[in-house]
Order: sequence, then structure tokens, then C-alpha cells
Amino acid sequence: MPSDSPPAAVPAPEIPVPIPPNQPGLLELFVAFAKMSLAGFGGVLVWARRGIVDQHRWMTAEEFNETFALCHFLPGPNIVNLSVVFGSRFRGIAGGIAAFAGLVGPPMVIATVLAAVYARYGEIDALRRILAGVSCAAVGLLLAVVFKMMTPLIKKRDAVGLLIMVAVFIAIGLLRLPLQAVLLVAIPLSLAITYAMRRRVNG
Amino acid sequence: MNSDANPISTLVWTFALMSLFAVGGANSAVPEMHRVAVDVHHWMTDRQFADIFAISQLSPGPNVLIVTLIGYSVAGVAGALTATVAMCGPTAILAYYVSRLLARSSHSPWPAIIQAALVPLSIGLMGASGLILALTSDRSWGAGLMTVAAAALAFGTRLNPLWMLVAGGALGFAGVI
Repeated sequence: MPSDSPPAAVPAPEIPVPIPPNQPGLLELFVAFAKMSLAGFGGVLVWARRGIVDQHRWMTAEEFNETFALCHFLPGPNIVNLSVVFGSRFRGIAGGIAAFAGLVGPPMVIATVLAAVYARYGEIDALRRILAGVSCAAVGLLLAVVFKMMTPLIKKRDAVGLLIMVAVFIAIGLLRLPLQAVLLVAIPLSLAITYAMRRRVNG
Repeated sequence: MNSDANPISTLVWTFALMSLFAVGGANSAVPEMHRVAVDVHHWMTDRQFADIFAISQLSPGPNVLIVTLIGYSVAGVAGALTATVAMCGPTAILAYYVSRLLARSSHSPWPAIIQAALVPLSIGLMGASGLILALTSDRSWGAGLMTVAAAALAFGTRLNPLWMLVAGGALGFAGVI
């Protein structure tokens, strides 16, 4: 399905819509998300924005930010949530599944093949050394994301946010407490504090 | 691998629950995955966990792939599939319904409040992931230096992260790390 042909099933709207959104079909959703996913080393978000907003013009930058914010505050893999929400917005549940399958399917095959190679040859010395090197770099990339996310909190001098962040870090990273237990305390606490602070700011 | 009665149902249960607690994405849940896979179920050793994380980062695609690989090492291809679907399913269904709900009342202040409240949590969780993985990966000065260098480059430049992974692999192969 070419992206620039008008959708045949939908009657043409009489009033011109402000942003003419291209309506992706199921196959198109699958292919688009598979492409973004396969391009995305160390995070798919950048590519998702590029594909959805710049390349296909399926969403404006603002719509994309709103959708991503929604998927970020929900638990679970953000970009997976984004694919489901995005796909279902255009093509219902089938669209959500198509986008999800495109996002996760092809990389899953690649990762499984790599894992099979690892299971068979993982003890070979050269492969061990390569993997050890890669994992050092991968940890570095993760730390960079943490610092990038921390920057706005530090700039805003958000003492409460930083305190909660450090508390969670100690509970999970140093004390190794179970995730559920920590979050069952931390989420209500953080919500209550944030809500109270907003009310105070807004009068 | 240990002798659980049915590893597949353990995978489904473990990751479906984890899915709903993974605030800020799959990387936030890495400490919990480590705790479950290494300490609780003894599915793998510390080193294997670090290797699996490296493989998941080497593969293109979303970070959730680490779950695929844990599932694979527990119960082969069937394990890979069930673990992935279990990790994505509950939260995807939740996302679907919440997005429809919010489409109707888009002026609610709650999404912004919830997000602001959860961001510090997810940073703390990802920091803990970084610490746990650094403790398992960085066993030498060279390794620690590589981690710091990759972090600094990824933080300060727009270099494609793949190059840092490749550099890490090459230095590892050369025996520097």
C-alpha cells in the first residue's frame, strides 16, 4: 500500500482536515515499525520519531510527544506501548498488533540467533573477550542515558525528585530489595508529594 | 537452568508481573531481572547475565529483547516467545485502554502529575541497573575505563551508540579489556 494514496475505504472528508494525516495500512505499520526497530541500536525512540513524524508524516511532532509521554508514564517497555497505541489509533486492535509485531518480531529473530550462537560457542575465548568488551560499552551507554535523564532534575533543582531517585537507587541497587515492594512504597509516596507540590505552586 | 516443574509458566508469571512494575521501560527492570534470574531461580550465572545484556544491546530493536534472551536460555525458542509476550502483553493492553480513555478527556492534569512523579523513580531504577551491570561487567581497570569512556561519549556527542559497542568488542578481542 503506497503511503500517499488516499484511503479507499474511508469516504473523503468534506471539510479539509488541518493536518492531512496519512493513513497507514496494516502491512505498512508492520514494515515501518520493523524498519525503525532494526535501525535502532541502543534505543528505538530516535528512529521512531524520525519515521513517524519526519518520514511518513503520520503524526505531528506535538502529537508524537503527547503519545510518547503517555507511553512513558505507563509501566512496561515504552516503545512497545507506543507501537500498540500508535497502531491501534489508525487501524484498531489489528493495527496495534501489526505495529507491535513489526517492532518486536524481526529483532527477536536476530537476538535469538545470536543467543543460539552464544549458547554453542559462548565458552570460546575470543568470543568471551569480545562480549566482555561489548558489555562494558553497553553499561556505559546505559549510564549515559541515566545522566541525560538526570540533567533536567538537576537544572530545575528538584530536590524532592533527586531524593526519591537516590532512595530508589539505594533500595534496588545497593540493598537489592524486590522491585514490587519498593515500588508499592515509592509510587504512592512520589505521587502524593508531586501532587501536593503542584497544588502549592498553583495556589 | 534448574529443575522447575514448568519453566514456561514461571516465565509467564514472572514477566507478566514485572511488566506492570517496569516503570520507565525494560532497562529499569534489569535489577529485578537479575535478582529473579540469578538469585531466585538460578537460571544463569552472574557472568551469563552480563553476556545476555551485552547480546541484547548488540541486537537492534527495543531494550525488551533482554527478556527474550532470558526466556531463550531458560526454555529455548518457546521460552523466548512466551517471555517476550508476557513482558509486553499486560502493559500493551493497559496502554491501549488508557490511550482510549485519555482521548476522551485530554485535559486531565493527571498524566502530567503521574509522569512527573514517576520520572525520578525510573532514573533511580536505571541507575541501579547500571550499577549492577557495572559490578558484573567491569572486572578490570581497562573494563571500567571503557565503561566511563562509552558513557562520556554517549553523553557528550551524537555518535551512533553502535560504534561504542563495536569499539568495546574490538578492544575486548585485542585483550585490552
